[in-house]
Amino acid sequence: MKKLIVAILALVWLVVYDGDLYGLDPHKCTRIQEFLVLMNIYRSLYRWDPDKSMPVLDLATRAEISADGLTYTYHLRPNVKFHNGRQMTADDIIYSYNRIADPKLKSPSVRFVRIIKGAGDVIDGKAPTISGLKKIDDLTLQLTLADPVNPSFSLREPGMAIVPREAVEGKEDLFHTSAPVGCGPFKFVRWVKGSEVVLEKFPEFFIPGRPLLDKVVYRISNEASARDMAFRAKDLDATIVGSAQYEAYKNDPVISKNMIEVAEMFTRIVGFNMDFEPFKKKEVRQAINYAVDRDLIIQKLLKGKAFLATGWLPTSSAAFDPTVKPYPYDPKKAKELLAKAGYANGFTIDQAIGTGNESWGVVVYEAMLPYLKEVGITLKIQQMEGAAMVERNKNGEFQTFIWSIGSGPDILGTLKRFHSENTRAGGNYFNYKNPEFDKLLDRAAAERDSAKQLDVLKQANNLLFEDTPVWYFNYNKAVLAQHPWVHGFKPVAIELMFQDMTEVWVDDSSPRAKQK
Amino acid sequence: MAAYALRRLIQFIPTIFGVILILFLLLNVLPGNAALMAGGAQDVNVDATYIELMKKEWGLDQPLHTRFLDYMGRLLVGDLGKSFLRREPVADLLASRIWPTLKLAVAAMGIAVCLGVPLGFYSALRQGSWADTGSMVGAVSGVSLPQFWLGLLLMYLFAVKFPVLPPQGYGDGSLSHILLPGFTLGVGYMALLARTTRAAVVEILTTDYIRTARAKGLPGIVINRKHVLRNALILVLTTAGLQFGGLMGHTVIVEKLFSWPGVGSLLVDSIFQRDIPVTQGCVLFLILVFLLVNLAVDLLYAVIDPRIEYR
Repeated sequence: MKKLIVAILALVWLVVYDGDLYGLDPHKCTRIQEFLVLMNIYRSLYRWDPDKSMPVLDLATRAEISADGLTYTYHLRPNVKFHNGRQMTADDIIYSYNRIADPKLKSPSVRFVRIIKGAGDVIDGKAPTISGLKKIDDLTLQLTLADPVNPSFSLREPGMAIVPREAVEGKEDLFHTSAPVGCGPFKFVRWVKGSEVVLEKFPEFFIPGRPLLDKVVYRISNEASARDMAFRAKDLDATIVGSAQYEAYKNDPVISKNMIEVAEMFTRIVGFNMDFEPFKKKEVRQAINYAVDRDLIIQKLLKGKAFLATGWLPTSSAAFDPTVKPYPYDPKKAKELLAKAGYANGFTIDQAIGTGNESWGVVVYEAMLPYLKEVGITLKIQQMEGAAMVERNKNGEFQTFIWSIGSGPDILGTLKRFHSENTRAGGNYFNYKNPEFDKLLDRAAAERDSAKQLDVLKQANNLLFEDTPVWYFNYNKAVLAQHPWVHGFKPVAIELMFQDMTEVWVDDSSPRAKQK
Repeated sequence: MAAYALRRLIQFIPTIFGVILILFLLLNVLPGNAALMAGGAQDVNVDATYIELMKKEWGLDQPLHTRFLDYMGRLLVGDLGKSFLRREPVADLLASRIWPTLKLAVAAMGIAVCLGVPLGFYSALRQGSWADTGSMVGAVSGVSLPQFWLGLLLMYLFAVKFPVLPPQGYGDGSLSHILLPGFTLGVGYMALLARTTRAAVVEILTTDYIRTARAKGLPGIVINRKHVLRNALILVLTTAGLQFGGLMGHTVIVEKLFSWPGVGSLLVDSIFQRDIPVTQGCVLFLILVFLLVNLAVDLLYAVIDPRIEYR
C-alpha cells in the first residue's frame, strides 16, 4: 500500500457550545475545538501518550528530578525547529511560560503555569518573570515547582505550547488570526472562518520521516446529521460519531469494522446538593443509586453509547478499580434505605436542573422519573443552557444537577473536586465534605512513590463510590468512524478528537489519494 | 427624491437605536457570561483570577447603563468593539464573513427569481389547468419545507447517492460548492415568488387595457411580453427586493448545515458563546442591510413606475 496524501477530518466540538475556532494562539485558547487543531501545529514540553494513557516527554529527551520532587532538569531535543526555521532552545520555553503568566495576556492557561514556583507572583503582577525557570544552557532547562506535584499533566496541555518570541512580539493579532508559528508536525496554511482549517506537512519536524500526511484539512461542522452525510459521501475521511448515528454505524457492515471506541475521561452524573436536607443522609443518596435501572437507560436512550459508571474515575484511569461492582437495580433495597433514613414516604426534589443535551441532559431525568416515583421521590425538572447551569452550580442554586464532568487525566486533580477545602466555585458544586476522604487525598498528595500514591487514590475513589455524592450514570463512550483507507488514529482517552496526526496516514484507496 | 431618501435615512436612526437597546438588554439579562466561556465553558476548574481579569477587561464588572453608554459612544465613531472570545475587532470578523453570505444570498435569490417568476407566469397563463394546480401545490410545499430537512435531503441525493456535488464546505467558493446551500435557501423564496407572480399576472389579465389590447388584435405573445410581464414585474420586484433584505438574515440554518463561513453562523456562535460585541455587530449589520434594501426598493418604484413620485 502506498502512502497517503490528504486526510480530511471533521472538526467538531463534542460539548454543548459548538462553532468556529476562537483563534490560533495556543495561549489565548482553551477549548477542545481549538486544541485539536493547534496540537498539530504546536508542541508542548510533554505530550499525551494514548498507548500508555499518561503524559510523556516530547520536546525533551530526559528529565532529572531532585530528591524533594521540586526541581526538574530537562534535557531538550537538539533538533527541534520552529516553522520559521529557527532552532528551539530553553529560552523559548522560558519565554512561552512567562508569556502565559503575564497578566496583560490574560491567558486561560494560567491555571497550568501556576504549578511553577514564582508563576503566581507574575500572574498577580508582583514579579516580572517566573523565578522557578532557569536556563542552564541552550538545551538544558531547570524548572522548580511551587509544590511537589507531577508537572507532566499541566505541562502537556496544548495551552502550554512553546512559541517563538519573534513570531509573536509586535504581531500579537496576526499570530492569533493568520500567522501562527509552532514546532509541531504541521504548518498552518489557511483558516476559512466558520468552514475549515488547512495544514501542510512541516518537513523539518524533529522526528525524521514524520509526519506521513502531506496535508490535513479540518472541517468545521457542528451539525451531526450534516457530518454524517459528508462522511457517507466520502468527503470526510474520519468523523466523530454522535449518539443519533451510533446505532446505524454499528449496523453498517463496512463502517462498523472501522470504528474506534474509548471510555473518555468524562463521567456523567447527577450531582446532589448536600445542603438539601434529604441528601445529608447517605442512605438517601445510595437509595437513588439503587432505584434506577441505568443499564436500560443506557441501552434504550443512549443506544448503548456509554460505559456504565462504577466510580468517579473512568475505566481508562490508572486508578480505576476493576473489581468494583456497579450499584444494581434494586428498588426494594432503595425503599429500605429510604425508610431507614426517615423518608419512607419519599420526598420531592423541586430543582432538578439540567441542559438539553441528548446524552446527559434533562431527557435522562425524564427516563429516571418512573423509577424514582416507584420509591416515592418526585422530580421537578428545569431545563436551561449550560452557561446558566454553571452559574447555578457555582451558587448552589439547585437540588440536583445532571452533567458530564471531566474526570481525568490528572487523578489527584480530578478527585480534589470533592475535597472539603474546595469551594463550589472551584468545582465542589455538591458542597461535599468528608474528613475521611480529605485524609486520603492529603496522603496521596504527600506520597512521593507513584505506585503507593495510586493505591491511595484508588481507595479514595472507592470511598467516593460508596458515599455517593452523585448518582453514578456512565462514562462517555467516544466513537470515531473512519474509512478503510485511514490508518493510525488512536483511542485517546483524554479526548478522542485529540488526534496527533504525526503517525496518521492514508492508503491509495482513498478518493483523494491522487490529489495534492 | 434625494430629500425623500435623506429623510428615510434619518428615520433609520431611532429604529437602530431601539434595536440596539433591546438587544443590549436581552443579551445582558441572559444567564451565563463570556468570561466563563473563555475560561473553558465545560467544567474544567476555571482559574478565578482569570475570570476576574476577563470581566474587567470586557467591562462586565461595570453597571449596565455605563456599559450601554460606553458602547453607544464607541458606535457613534464607528467602532464596533472587540470580540470577547476571539480577541479580534468585530469589524474584521464581520468583514471576512460578509462576502460568503452575500454570495449565498445572491445565489439563492438568483435561483428563486429564475425559477419562480417563469413558473408563476406559466401557471397564470394556464389558470385552472393541471400544470397550474401542480406547480402551485409545489410552491406551497416549497414554502413549507423546513430548510434543515431539505438541506439534508439534497446532501443525501447529490453527494451520497449520486456524488456529483460536495456535501458541505466553502471550498474555493466555486459554483459547485454554492449550488446545494443556494438551492436549499432559495426554494422557499422561489415558491413565494411563483405565487406572487401568478397572483399579479392573474389580476392583470382581467384589466381593461389587456382586453383592449386583445380587442385591437395584438398577438398573444406581444400582449404577454409588453403589457402583462412589465406590469407584473412591479409587484415581483417589490416582493423580491423585500425578500432579499430578509434573506441575508435567514442564512443561519443553511450556513450551519453546510459549514458556510458567513455572517449567520458567526451570529449563532456568538450568541451561544455570550460574545456580546460580536452578536451586536452581526445584528446591527443585518438590520442595516434590511433597511437599506427596503429603501432601495422604494426608490426603484419610481424608476419602474413613473406614476409614483416621492416628495
